[in-house]
Amino acid sequence: MYRYDAYDHAILRQRVAQYRDQVRRWKSGELTDDEFRPLRLQNGLYIQRHAPMFRIAVPYGLLSSTQLRKLAEVARDYDRGYGHFTTRHNLQLNWPKVEDTPDILEKLADVEMHAIQTSGNCVRNVTTSHFAGIDPDEIADPRPYAELLREWSTFQPEFAFLPRKFKIAVSGSTRDRAVTLAHDIGLNIKKNAAGEIGFEVLVGGGLGRTPILAKVIEEFLPWQHLLTFVEAILRVYNSYGRRDNPYKARIKILVHALGAEQFRKEVLEEWANLKDGPSTVGAEELERIARHFTAPDYAALPASDARIEALKASNPAFARWVARNVHPHKQSGYAAVTISLKDPRQPPGDCTSEQMEAVAELADQFSFGELRVSHEQNLVLPDVPVSALPEVWEAAKAKGLSTPTVGLLTDLICCPGGDYCSLANAKSIPIAAAIQERFSNLDYLFDIGDLDLNISGCMNACGHHHVGHIGILGVDKNGEEWYQVTLGGHTDGVKGRETALGKVIGPSFSAAEVPEVVETLVRTYVAQRHDDERFLDTFERLGLAPFKEAVYAGRRPAALNTSAARESTHA
Amino acid sequence: MPDLIRRPQIIRSAPAPAIVADDFARLVLTVSADAPETSESAATVVLPSVADAPNLIVPLAVWQARRDELLARNAEGGKLGVSLAPGEEAEALAGDFAHLALIAVEFPKFVDGRGYTSATLLRRLGWSGEIRAVGDVLRDQFFLMRRCGIDAFALKEGKDLNDALKAFDDFSFTYAGAVDDPRPLFRRVHRGDASLDTGKSS
Repeated sequence: MYRYDAYDHAILRQRVAQYRDQVRRWKSGELTDDEFRPLRLQNGLYIQRHAPMFRIAVPYGLLSSTQLRKLAEVARDYDRGYGHFTTRHNLQLNWPKVEDTPDILEKLADVEMHAIQTSGNCVRNVTTSHFAGIDPDEIADPRPYAELLREWSTFQPEFAFLPRKFKIAVSGSTRDRAVTLAHDIGLNIKKNAAGEIGFEVLVGGGLGRTPILAKVIEEFLPWQHLLTFVEAILRVYNSYGRRDNPYKARIKILVHALGAEQFRKEVLEEWANLKDGPSTVGAEELERIARHFTAPDYAALPASDARIEALKASNPAFARWVARNVHPHKQSGYAAVTISLKDPRQPPGDCTSEQMEAVAELADQFSFGELRVSHEQNLVLPDVPVSALPEVWEAAKAKGLSTPTVGLLTDLICCPGGDYCSLANAKSIPIAAAIQERFSNLDYLFDIGDLDLNISGCMNACGHHHVGHIGILGVDKNGEEWYQVTLGGHTDGVKGRETALGKVIGPSFSAAEVPEVVETLVRTYVAQRHDDERFLDTFERLGLAPFKEAVYAGRRPAALNTSAARESTHA
Repeated sequence: MPDLIRRPQIIRSAPAPAIVADDFARLVLTVSADAPETSESAATVVLPSVADAPNLIVPLAVWQARRDELLARNAEGGKLGVSLAPGEEAEALAGDFAHLALIAVEFPKFVDGRGYTSATLLRRLGWSGEIRAVGDVLRDQFFLMRRCGIDAFALKEGKDLNDALKAFDDFSFTYAGAVDDPRPLFRRVHRGDASLDTGKSS
């Protein structure tokens, strides 16, 4: 993984000093709350419902075991001994003290970590696939390009106060696992006929209250032009993006208003000033960065291991875990392993300091000291020898990290919701817990098969409800918490059908009703499915109607009417 | 009468950051949403005499509407600056550089970042004179502003000028190219070492 050189270190140390002084000036009254707010946000610090929330960047999802141990230490020393991994690879602390945040950043800087630009109206942490570099269907490793963008966007002076936040995702595989269509800029690595690397450039995607999928504005951008082209896009956005209404300020609204073709023209016109200029990336710089992402020292291992096959046959629990949590690897004899953060006893994505230390230990023992954070809010050991799977499983199991449900209904994506977040309309963690409890039977879960269920506590969509096969959105109706259900969203990532947004099924439900609603949706699917159809496939074949009918038919007419009336009043 | 904003002292970042005396007056049109009939317009606003305000900054709209009067002030020994509000195009001044002593970039709220692009584009258009940040101008943005070609800073009223001077030292190195140095860090120094390559650094 990327290791800092002297310049990276110098810049980070000076950032900590700058922020420490900003906190001091805020405490002393030299900076007003309004003046301090954007400064602290660009250092990851929110003021939340109960306490500040501190969002630490995990650049493009890569962590070393040393870094994870530091996160464990910081969570223990400055918080309540746990953190929350988000859909954007970041780690959030829920209970730090504002006064401690400079010290936290100082400690993080020791291990080349920070909270730079994890919030605020600036370019955020660049994200990519958690299987980058190991994916059998990878065209090229996206991580060097993500690092190029990390460096370029860090304190880029012109774009620190954009109309709104700005998210960039890079995917290097034929199957897009970075949900590039739901980003302000999505970059899909391609090879042209000559075998050269470039990017398909998408602009203007995003979830939130106006979900829009990104549009392609460039079919093939040679990699050398990555930074100048992104700069051109941001200059157009900074100049013309709306600033009168924060809900209309994302680049997707500008692209939609201008039309993708006109937006593209504006970008190309601006790019003509930058193309082939000094920010053009040369082979030397790409190689400097790419050297950090070479394959680890793999051993020559056989593709299959008889001992593992025997254990799978004799131990159904192990077999289940392998079936769901172990993923193919481009290196023979190795696998990627998902360390699940979806044990029903903990909120989705939460991880205790003790668990972090256990995972760091596993990474050291079995995965060259490295790990990943997935956008599904799990951890991944990227390079595990297949022969070591039983040991990894046992160790993960001992810490509540072996829930064998990756890609199943209870592997749900969930934002912190109303328990923590001051933006939320409704709680999301108790909904997740109730669903996980309802679907605790593993045989049933395995029979249901692949099903993405995503929960957001408000329309800001941190829980990606729009792209869940089943999406659940917390809404506020006259001060009460209700939940709207969408069906048919997905992030399959398959060329031509990468991502879709879900459709609202009908009037919303109370918290108590949600597990039964999910159960009814699942039963409808099970009754109607063809042989190997996933929930999503059955939905796409049948449409909304049978699901809607099943869900609302069982409800008392009075309840339905009240609910329908509510919907029309508050839509 | 229009508002005339004066800052007896401003900060300049070149040649070295310093507090300097300044005698420009910045004309701001009085706009009243409650009583539109009392609002001033670029066409009718009363311009101060050269005696009252020899060095004057006017909004772009006033410059465009009152060009001849303003050029006459220049002929009488006045100096002229034009301010660009967010949303106003730098290109609008491209043919006027010869008449201007400075260009001001307005930051009505410091979180409105359009001024950074305005300044960048003014430099690209070839303006080599002063670019002055005016409005909600705070020390924590100086470093970024300077990188975008802003070299004069009319600090927000009530803020400490001496304290603000320190902001230019926030960072010794930067990654991206910008107006102050179009080369990204990887073209300025040799990257990848555990110690700083001070020999090649600029």
